[in-house]
Amino acid sequence: MNTPLSWIRDYVPALDCTAKEYADRMTLAGTKVESFTVLDRNLKNIVVGRLLSVEPHPDATKLVVCRVNVGSVRADGVDDEGNVQIVTGAPNITPEVVGALIPVVLDGGMVAGGHDGGPLPEAGVEIHTGKLRGVTSYGMMCSVEELGSDHNAYPLAPESGIYIFDDALIGELGLKPGDNAVRAFGMDDTVVEYEITSNRVDCYSVIGIAREAAAVFDKPFIMPKVKESGSDEQIGDFLKVSVEDPELCPRYTARMVRNIRFAPSPEWMQKRLRNAGIRPINNLVDITNFVMLEYGQPMHAFDFDTLEGHEIIVKTAKDGDQFQTLDGQIRSLDHTVLMINDGVKAVGIAGIMGGENSKITDSVHNVVFESANFNGVNIRLSAKKIGMRTDASSIFEKGLDPATTVAAVNRACELVEELNCGEVVGGMIDIYPVPETEKRIVFEPERINDLLGTKISREEMLAIFRKLELAYDEASNAVLIPSFRRDLLATCDLAEEVLRFHGYDKIEDTLPVGEATTGKLSWKLRVDAVVRDTAEFAGFNHAMTYAFESPKALDLLNIPADDPLRKAVVISNPLGEDFSIMRTQPLNAMLTALGFNFNHRNENVWLYDMANIYLPKALPLTELPDEREQLCLGGYGDNIDFFVLKGVLEEIFSRLGMTERYELKVDCERPYLHPGRKADIYYAGELIGYIGEVHPSVAANYDFKPGARVCIAVLDMPVVTRYASFDRRYEGVARFPAVSRDISMLVPKSVMAGDIEHILLQRGGKLLESFRLFDIYEGMQVQQGFKSMAYALSFRAKDHTLKDDEVNSAMKKILNGLSGLGCELRS
Amino acid sequence: MKDQLRKITEEAIERICKTSSLDELNDIRVEFLGKKGRITSIMKNMKDVAPEERPAFGQLVNEAKSKAEAALENAKNELQERAMQARLAAESIDVTLPAVKMRTGHGHPCQIALDEVERVFVGMGYEVVEGPEVEYQEYNFTKLNIPEGHPARDEQDTFYINDEILLRSQTSPVQARVMEQGKLPIRMIAPGRVFRSDSIDATHSPSFHQIEGLVVDRHITMTDLKGTLTQFAREMFGPDTQTRFRPHHFPFTEPSAEVDVSCFKCGGKGCRFCKNEGWIEILGCGMVHPHVLEMCGIDPEEYTGFAFGVGLERIAILKYEIDDMRLLYENDYRFLKQF
Repeated sequence: MNTPLSWIRDYVPALDCTAKEYADRMTLAGTKVESFTVLDRNLKNIVVGRLLSVEPHPDATKLVVCRVNVGSVRADGVDDEGNVQIVTGAPNITPEVVGALIPVVLDGGMVAGGHDGGPLPEAGVEIHTGKLRGVTSYGMMCSVEELGSDHNAYPLAPESGIYIFDDALIGELGLKPGDNAVRAFGMDDTVVEYEITSNRVDCYSVIGIAREAAAVFDKPFIMPKVKESGSDEQIGDFLKVSVEDPELCPRYTARMVRNIRFAPSPEWMQKRLRNAGIRPINNLVDITNFVMLEYGQPMHAFDFDTLEGHEIIVKTAKDGDQFQTLDGQIRSLDHTVLMINDGVKAVGIAGIMGGENSKITDSVHNVVFESANFNGVNIRLSAKKIGMRTDASSIFEKGLDPATTVAAVNRACELVEELNCGEVVGGMIDIYPVPETEKRIVFEPERINDLLGTKISREEMLAIFRKLELAYDEASNAVLIPSFRRDLLATCDLAEEVLRFHGYDKIEDTLPVGEATTGKLSWKLRVDAVVRDTAEFAGFNHAMTYAFESPKALDLLNIPADDPLRKAVVISNPLGEDFSIMRTQPLNAMLTALGFNFNHRNENVWLYDMANIYLPKALPLTELPDEREQLCLGGYGDNIDFFVLKGVLEEIFSRLGMTERYELKVDCERPYLHPGRKADIYYAGELIGYIGEVHPSVAANYDFKPGARVCIAVLDMPVVTRYASFDRRYEGVARFPAVSRDISMLVPKSVMAGDIEHILLQRGGKLLESFRLFDIYEGMQVQQGFKSMAYALSFRAKDHTLKDDEVNSAMKKILNGLSGLGCELRS
Repeated sequence: MKDQLRKITEEAIERICKTSSLDELNDIRVEFLGKKGRITSIMKNMKDVAPEERPAFGQLVNEAKSKAEAALENAKNELQERAMQARLAAESIDVTLPAVKMRTGHGHPCQIALDEVERVFVGMGYEVVEGPEVEYQEYNFTKLNIPEGHPARDEQDTFYINDEILLRSQTSPVQARVMEQGKLPIRMIAPGRVFRSDSIDATHSPSFHQIEGLVVDRHITMTDLKGTLTQFAREMFGPDTQTRFRPHHFPFTEPSAEVDVSCFKCGGKGCRFCKNEGWIEILGCGMVHPHVLEMCGIDPEEYTGFAFGVGLERIAILKYEIDDMRLLYENDYRFLKQF
């Protein structure tokens, strides 16, 4: 919300702070000032001048030489009579406009920007006496842009060229040469932008903010006094109003104006609107906008003569109804949407937008002002349903004070008379079947202090309440809440009011006392931390990716159409298709990140990600999906392959105390992996993840060049967390010597190292301490269909030095087992 | 005979002193002190010595032997020392040659910042817990005093799955979940991912992280909240950090506040970093609304509490001076390796 500071001062005339002080103190009291702009910060030495003559320039066809009178102002080039020579190229300065009053900046002055209307320079533009094609110009006449504004804010200004003060304004301000042109132009103001929180509906108005400002600065607040308006005629003789659904429309107030006379609004009103960011249009429109800003009460004007039966009926639409709003769009309605109807048809969507059929046109004669109170929740839901959030609806949806309808419509009618915009009909229709009862909160100063941790006196609290127009009833010990304070409901709300004005900065810093608690991470987070440390220790960088992705990601990963991974949680209002499903696997995000690096020529990039996948238990979703954290390791480059990743996983298992032997199973369905370089990982018989090289066609989908190998490994963290343990037991250091034996053998190609190791473990018994593959070879010297493998075995007993025959018998069992696999011992 | 012994001894010592290699030295030892060595051999001539002089002569020979041996030992030590010096001189390296790089990975700036936040609060006795990212609207809104139709539902542009289920727009639903478990007192923080329908640009992301904090106990006050967060700010941003509490509004706390810290770049004087304000907003907080306590089964007459929510990305961006939020989710190695 933008508000000119001068408007606030209208209601708090004693406010004498600087804009900066205002911003700081309002912010610290809860009316947050986002920014403020001093409109005339770069306007200097600009006065009203009267154009006396316009002569051709001797050497330039596009320039003219003017004489301008600036009254009693003196500056370089201004003669004793106040006349000064100024050269201009503005197209609208012609002999026809001689006599006009215009803004003139004199030597040493400053304007806000160039006449082209481009972005305003931070420091403004200085103006000095200079020569234009040989003729001296002692200043410059100013356009709207040079004065720091635009045509939108000054619809009456000439299309291009110099701003000319119009007669109405001259009359209103009594303008004469030499006057301060910045003031006449309405730029002698500061615009303050606030962030108003949703609980303070009352502060979406100048009056509301002024009331806060008065309390903050401890100055009197003076509410505008609204004069009575209206003729002897009675509105009831013209119009009939009925409200069929008072729950959705608690109050409906209407007044009427006859014989509308359109004209521009006076400058004082235009200035208010302009500086609040609203374009002045004509007196009738400006009045409703002005009152909306001032009171925070949106109003709507209907053309009385289009209301059939001269009747207004407030009731909900019927399912399937259609309605054309005044922007020309057709809107679909249902039975929850509240409508304004005349005797025959709908003429407006309540609180959102009027209808095309009753809108105000230039030929309007008689107008009905509607100033109503609608149910905020209903307005919000209707606006959402219809897909149209308007200025009015965004105010109504906050839930307004029903007391304001009358004050606002009376203010509007007063202004109609003041601006001579029409004849106000006497009386008012005010339908308010269930008036709100006054809210009261029991005053409990001890509870307030207990909550705040303060020792603020009862008297200080009451003084704060008085400033805020909260009365105190001693007899019932209650604080009486005025209806405009919709946010005050309970003691904690009063506590905030006390603290706001006592000062958030004036209370102590303490720490909670009471029962001690143990600071700790949840078990899952402890495991996560170890996994992250290990991954980073092993060279992987922590990546963070989005949880949502495109359904097409599953195509990129070669995932078949009927795969369960396609059953994803779908966002109903995504940012776009690319962010529309919750991921069911971590690969797309990882490959996207790796592909990004590959395409930015980053070499040897290894990343890991620890984030959830979201697996729906049933679709459509009726309960929360299973959120499973996945560790995803991925990398490309010279130093990474399947076995590097396998080593990292083993290190993770080791640090998590997962001492059982894991199994790799190659017969898994992983269409995104290289069919010959992939495996599922099982721990204690349970699937805990997978590892492999990314299928070349999938890698290509992420813009990897052919030949680039990408490796990934994924661990399903909920299962890992279940098996993890940080318990350790010391097993002693071997005291007796080890005996080592090497086995070198020819192994059928189909036999995997895992098969051999399985035999070693199974048959080696307790004595086999460890084994290590130290050679593997296939090729020239090796028989077709076989490979050569060599293992170094180490035997040891805990309690004695091993004898040869003990080792021999263990070796015999092992060798028997190996020959069962088809291995031939080499001599 | 004595003369002969003296001469041999002198010759041995002279040659020992001149020796320049350990091999030569060994040869000399054999020549003079070996079994058939020249000094040893003199003992064989003992029979030619008068019997009464034999003990004295024997002593002389032993002295000569000791002298030669001592000289040998000295020479040996000296030669070894020289050899060591020569070896060390030959082995000197150019220490300015490049190091062998360790290939360790880097943490993500958000995670590093989160670890810091967790360290501070765990130290103050808080438990770190988590809640679901896909959440019921009831926890994300209703139980936080944001009923159906409340304007705050629109302020946080929420991603919906259906009418009942959404992507949580804040970590605050974890508050309700923890309170509902009914274990008091509560001191917890809940970090996690949240979602809002903001298009991606330098300062917005549709997915980011928050850290929720909640304390519920008897006699918890607003001054406790202020003291706790001031301590947190000093731990995070340095011991000289000032905090400023501004009134604000959140439906689930009352009174509520936003907290600014003094700009750690300029110390509060005003600079480009803090947009000349001297203050930087870092979090929102307040006293848990009694209605929220009640909805979660806690008696607001007996218990009070405070809650706060911090934007993790904001902390990381401020702390590490990251100028574009998109960097946090691109995972460019050139970015990540700086942390």
